[in-house]
Amino acid sequence: MFDETTVNMLIEGTGATLYMTLVSTLFGYIVGLPLGIILAITDKTGIKPNVVIYKILDFIVNLTRSIPFLILLILVMPLTKLIVGQSYGSAATIVPLTIAAAPFIGRMVESSLKEVDKGVIEAAQSMGAGTFTVIWKVLLAEARTSLLVGVTIAIGTILGYSAMAGVVGGGGLGDIAIRYGYYRYETGIMIVTIVILVILVQILQGLGMMLSKKLDRRQA
Amino acid sequence: MAKQPVLLEAKNIIKDYGNGQVLNDISLQIHKGEVIVLVGPSGCGKSTFLRCMNGLEQIQAGQILLDGEVITEGKTDWPKVRQKIGMVFQSYDLFPHMSVIDNIILGPVKVQGRDKKEVTEEAEKLLDRVGLLDKKDAYPRQLSGGQKQRVAIVRALILKPEILLFDEVTAALDPEMVREVLDVILELASSGYTMLIVTHEMQFARAVADRIVFIDGGKIVESDTPEAFFTQPKTDRARRFLNTFIYAKDGEKLTSDSY
Ligand SMILES: Nc1ncnc2c1ncn2[C@@H]1O[C@H](COP(=O)(O)OP(=O)(O)OP(=O)(O)O)[C@@H](O)[C@H]1O
Ligand SMILES: [Mg+2]
Repeated sequence: MFDETTVNMLIEGTGATLYMTLVSTLFGYIVGLPLGIILAITDKTGIKPNVVIYKILDFIVNLTRSIPFLILLILVMPLTKLIVGQSYGSAATIVPLTIAAAPFIGRMVESSLKEVDKGVIEAAQSMGAGTFTVIWKVLLAEARTSLLVGVTIAIGTILGYSAMAGVVGGGGLGDIAIRYGYYRYETGIMIVTIVILVILVQILQGLGMMLSKKLDRRQA
Repeated sequence: MAKQPVLLEAKNIIKDYGNGQVLNDISLQIHKGEVIVLVGPSGCGKSTFLRCMNGLEQIQAGQILLDGEVITEGKTDWPKVRQKIGMVFQSYDLFPHMSVIDNIILGPVKVQGRDKKEVTEEAEKLLDRVGLLDKKDAYPRQLSGGQKQRVAIVRALILKPEILLFDEVTAALDPEMVREVLDVILELASSGYTMLIVTHEMQFARAVADRIVFIDGGKIVESDTPEAFFTQPKTDRARRFLNTFIYAKDGEKLTSDSY
């Protein structure tokens, strides 16, 4: 159907998309997980209520989340250039992707941790568990199913964002779809990239859901 | 018998959740080895009192003393205090993602830093004592309510607390499981544990308690031996409360004597 260069380009594009998505998800969690933990424990009903910290983080998260990704992409270009050395290509896209992902991941982590039964947390506290033990052994351990579902959602969302970055030369499948599908009217290539994107999302979702089911001890 | 020293003491404590006083000047001394049962109508503040005693709720006035030391002022090391005050809740609150044995050893290993192997052996002994050794690798969802509650008791016991607080630990159980849990507590009482128990099981209260404390409207209304409280309650309020546990045919006149 396609010549070898096109096929190679699609394979490379898939690789680049996966690379951007997974690395950004990883970085997103490096920032977002602690952020989510702090949000969850400093909220009114958390184990270390602190209005000031909660309000500040809450505001930052809301602010970042309300900026459309495409705008954010352009906004942070100077920063990207500073960190990566260039503002286009897949490596460069990781910067805005991480910035967009972290607050969103923080929110998901927060809501996962808040699902943990209050009684179970109090039981741990009654055993003398300190804040760190409660976070590690109770909040994260008990919320793990929900956290993993969150990871799956995060990957799917970041994959979508990465495709959007194609508009400004972000590399990966999105880039290919824009260049060939939009600028050159090569609908065939565009459809193939979309199919690949859909398959990627399906596989990653499937893996995530499988894993979270496997780790769930609450149901038979 | 010479009185043992006071282990846990509440001095004039006042608790307000922000909508009126729930605990209204409560003072209570619990001596070492003593079993006190708190009874009183729903909403009178029993759970709140227990939760205050191990710092799950903050008090607005008064003091709580553990082994003669005030724990409600200044910077209390609650994790350390709570290891000495074990608590078991109505809803068991086992960690759903952990096996029975892991539920039990979490505290000693992660909080007290004890040796895992040694703790596991001890946990097995305790599980055996409550008849659940064969369930050690089960997960909470695979247990009945009564079994869960016995595991929760073991989980509190293994930390070797100086006193155990029980908040209506059988209230969520089917009648046929109430017994197995209460038997465990009766056994603990006879082996000398200090306990503060909230329960609606009056027969059990009578059997287990050294002293019955009757609370109503956030105040201690009566504090007496079980014998005296159940046969000759001093106040009308206590009498009315006790009458709610008596069932009589055709609206026969209810008196506390019929208990
Ligand atoms: N977290 C809370 N916030 C506000 N009010 C509360 C809270 N917890 C309890 N209360 C109120 O405090 C009062 C005492 O409640 P508590 O749970 O201590 O009663 P109780 O004696 O344990 O009742 P029961 O026998 O039904 O368990 C009630 O009026 C209740 O509505
Ligand atoms: Mg209660």
